Order: sequence, then C-alpha cells, then structure tokens
Amino acid sequence: MNGFAGSDLLIEVAYLIATALFIFSLMWMSSPTTARRGVFAGELGMILAIAGTLLHRGIVDYKLIVIALVLGTIIGIPLGKVQMTAVPQRTALSHSFGALCVTLVGTAEFYLPREVPMTRFMMGVLCMEVILGALTITGSLMAAGKLQEWLPQRPITYKGQNFVNLGLLGVAVVVAIVLVIHPERTHLFPVIVGIPLVFGVMMIVPIGGADMPTVISLLNSYAGLSAAAMGFVLNSKLLIVAGSLDGASGFILSVNMSKAMNRSFSNVLFGAFGQEQTAATGTAEAKPVRSATAEEAAAILSAANKVVIVPGYGMAVAQAQHKVRELFDALSKRGVDVKFGIHPVAGRMPGHMNVLLAEADIPYDKLLDMDEINGDFPQTDVALIIGANDVTNPAARNEPSSPIYGMPILDVDKARTVMVIKRGMGAGFAGIENPLYFLDRTLMLFGDAKGFVGNIVRELSGGSGH
Amino acid sequence: MKIDLLSSLYVFMLAAFIGFEVIKRITPLLHTPLMSLTNALDAIAVVGAILLAGEHKTTFAAILGTIAIVSATSNIVGGFLITDRMLRMFKPSGAKKA
Repeated sequence: MNGFAGSDLLIEVAYLIATALFIFSLMWMSSPTTARRGVFAGELGMILAIAGTLLHRGIVDYKLIVIALVLGTIIGIPLGKVQMTAVPQRTALSHSFGALCVTLVGTAEFYLPREVPMTRFMMGVLCMEVILGALTITGSLMAAGKLQEWLPQRPITYKGQNFVNLGLLGVAVVVAIVLVIHPERTHLFPVIVGIPLVFGVMMIVPIGGADMPTVISLLNSYAGLSAAAMGFVLNSKLLIVAGSLDGASGFILSVNMSKAMNRSFSNVLFGAFGQEQTAATGTAEAKPVRSATAEEAAAILSAANKVVIVPGYGMAVAQAQHKVRELFDALSKRGVDVKFGIHPVAGRMPGHMNVLLAEADIPYDKLLDMDEINGDFPQTDVALIIGANDVTNPAARNEPSSPIYGMPILDVDKARTVMVIKRGMGAGFAGIENPLYFLDRTLMLFGDAKGFVGNIVRELSGGSGH
Repeated sequence: MKIDLLSSLYVFMLAAFIGFEVIKRITPLLHTPLMSLTNALDAIAVVGAILLAGEHKTTFAAILGTIAIVSATSNIVGGFLITDRMLRMFKPSGAKKA
C-alpha cells in the first residue's frame, strides 16, 4: 500500500465510489419508483470508473482506446433502441459481448510477458474466466439466434447428447488443470478457449424456445462469474463486486425460472433443459367445449366486478397488447376492477411480459405476479386467458401422471367464469392437453387474440352500456 | 500477492452476499430491466480492456484489448439506454399516459 502516487490514489478512490454506486444502483431497482435513479447511479459509477482508468500512468497510447470507445458507442446505440419484443435476443447478444470482452482480456493476460510467473491460483482463476467466458460467447449467440428465429426453435436432440456435452466440458477442465500444474505448457491454452466455444453451441442445441427464460438467466450468471474471475486476475475489487452482483442476479433468476418451469436446479445447471417430447396426440375433439361470441363475452365482462387477465406469450406474438390495453380501459371505465396475473415464464425472459404490458401503457400496479394474484381467483368473476396455455393447466395441480405435474400455475379454474381466447383446440407448447377447456365454467373464445379482443372492445363501447 | 488474494476472496464473498440480499428484494415486475442493468454494470470489465489497449505491452494484447473495449462499450451504452427506456414505460395508475 505504500508508495501510492497521487493519481493512483485518485484512481482507487474513483473505483471505490463506483463500487458503492453499483450497489446503490441495484438497491434502487427494487421498486419502479426509484429504479430510474438506479440507472443513473450505475451510469455515474461507470463514468467514474472509466475516467479513473484513463488516468492510469501505465497508459502510453490513447488512440486505440478512443477509437474503440467511439466504435462501441456506435454499436451500442441501436442495441439500446430495439423493439420491446426483441429485448430477450438483445439481452442474449449482450451477454455474448460481455463474455467476449472477458475472454479476450483473459487471453491477452495469459500471453503477456511477466517478470514473476503467475501463481497457480491465478492460473486456475484465469482458466475459469476463459472457459466460462468462451462458452457464454457461443451459448448466448445461439440463444439469440433461436430467439430471433434465425435458428430452428425446436430442440434438436440425439442419443448420448449429455454424455458428449459433459465430456467436452470435462476435457476442457482437465486441460485447465494440466495448465495450472504446468503453466509453461502454453500451447494448451487455445484448447481451453476452443472447446468451451464448441460446448456453448452444443449446450443450446437441445433447448427449445419455451426454455429460453432459464437459459438467458443462466448465461447471465456465467457472464457475471467470468467477470468476477477476471477481477481476481487483474486484482480489481471493482470488477469482482460488479461480476458477483451480476452472477448472483443471474443465479437467482435462473433458480426462479427453473422453479416456475418445474425443473430441478441440477437439471438446469447441467444444461439438460431439453426434455423428451411428449407425444402430442390430442384427442381433444371428442370432448364437448362451450364457446361464446365476442358479444356474449363483452356482456359477461361488463357485468363482472373483478376481472383477471392472464396474458401469455401468444398475446405478444399476436401483437395484441395494445388491444388488451383498450379492453382494460373500457372495463375500468365501467368500474370493473381489472388486474393482470403474470406467470414468471409468461415471456421469453424473466419479467418480459411486464415490460410488454407497461409498453402498452398498462399501469404497473395492475400487474401482479403469480404468488400475489393466486389468492384472488376465488373472488374473481372472470379470468380471461389470452395466449397462455400450460401455465393455466390445472393438471399441474391435481394430476400426478401429467408431465407438468408440480409446476406452479395460475389458479384460473377457481374463478367463477373462465374465458380462453385461442385459435383452435390444439395443445400447448408442451403438447399437453388442458382439462381447463372442458370445465363447465369455461367459455372458449375461438379466434385470433388481437381480433377477438378488438371485437370485445367494440361490443363494449358500442353496446348500451349496462 | 498472498494478501491481495485473500482480500479479493473476502470482497468476492461479501459482494456475493450483498448481491443475493439485494436481488432477492427486486420485484419480479422489473426482472427484465434488472437483467439489462446488471449486463451494463458487468461491462465494467472495460477497465481491464482499456489498460491492455493503452499500455500496449504487446501488439497482440493491444489488439485484443481494443476489440474488448468495443464489445464492452456497446454493452454499457446499449444496456443503460434500454434499461432506462423500459423503466420509463412503467407508470403507476394515477399517471395519465402521454
């Protein structure tokens, strides 16, 4: 600690303040009223940290830095302006960028000439940094590609897949251990970059679109952990803190998502998300269902006191959120209490559905998550389901033989009337029949989500009013 | 070196605890902006890249450092921008939309 030159001290203080600001930033994210302040704190911390770094005496050449900062900004601006429906793939892409940065820095550090050789511990951490970083680069690119539908959404599985994948990762870990013991064998280093790059691709191949919320969260966590490892290598406390905050956040979100999807966490950790495809041989046509027209639905809705709307990803695909807002407005004007019940996996990433509904100007205090809303269903007059299926399937609660048994669901079947807007009687994403549709209290509203909601709104505004 | 390492481990441990405690309190309502925010914060790795590009110890390190700055900066800029854009959309019942 002795011999701190003035500018060094300044830099360290800047880092210290930046670290505190980062923690404040996340604390303020706890509520929508303070969240924007959190973003500001994060920005301030970032500017301080970058400014501090630029003061570093070791820097001899600013040209490359300036060019790179400008180029990064030019790429970053369009990435900050994507459509809200495209936020999941944008997020996956940015995990990839973050991991690319970490992996490149780690690689450069490995080949840097140094007077004192790296300690074994440092070498171990560096290997971890690079392995996690490299698999996150390609894994996130694959996830982004699937979400953008540039790659097939369907999971691709083959026999012995887990064995191949874990084997690949195992080889990388063994090579890393050899490097730790014999740091002079530098020719091995490309192996621990290359194999995880391949592993990242293989890891995402068996994963289908519906599992993406878990995958994105997990990759988020990996990106954070690799940054924290980089902090150890560079002896930067700021980086360790930022990386562990990100790692913890991704970890918590992936645990949340895996619970919401009824997967064990070990299942998630080993990347074995791709479950066997359940045979989707629906014999649904045999059973009778009750259906209703937009006019009838509007009459029931306007007579209700309390309505809970349950949106699923299908609603976002149909771009129906603005029509749903109109429905919300029309019903609210008539004094109907309308709330939204949101399942944790309703979107393509954690919290995605909330963003889509907030974009459509639905007040956030009407958006309730599963645990908050479930107690309300018995007092609810109408539960209106738009584009959701499996997350409302009562079989998850009471049919031990069902593949989704145990999955937490929205208890819509406890509402007095259930309305389901659906194109037809096809089974859901998981190919599982939903007994909800055959209940006496259920009315099926067949049609396209956007069109049907629009028709209900028209009935409500054009009708007599009572 | 040994002291540095130990204090780094302390920092890691404490930061992980803070991370879990703080993140647990964040409402599921904001989980998407949370992820884009942590993503932007995580790009603080840019400081390591800046040193590599600026110190120019080897050409290889400088090139990798430069690419790393580009990718981290795009995360910083894009991450903060989109987080703020999303958060601006979250309005309480009282506020009438524009």
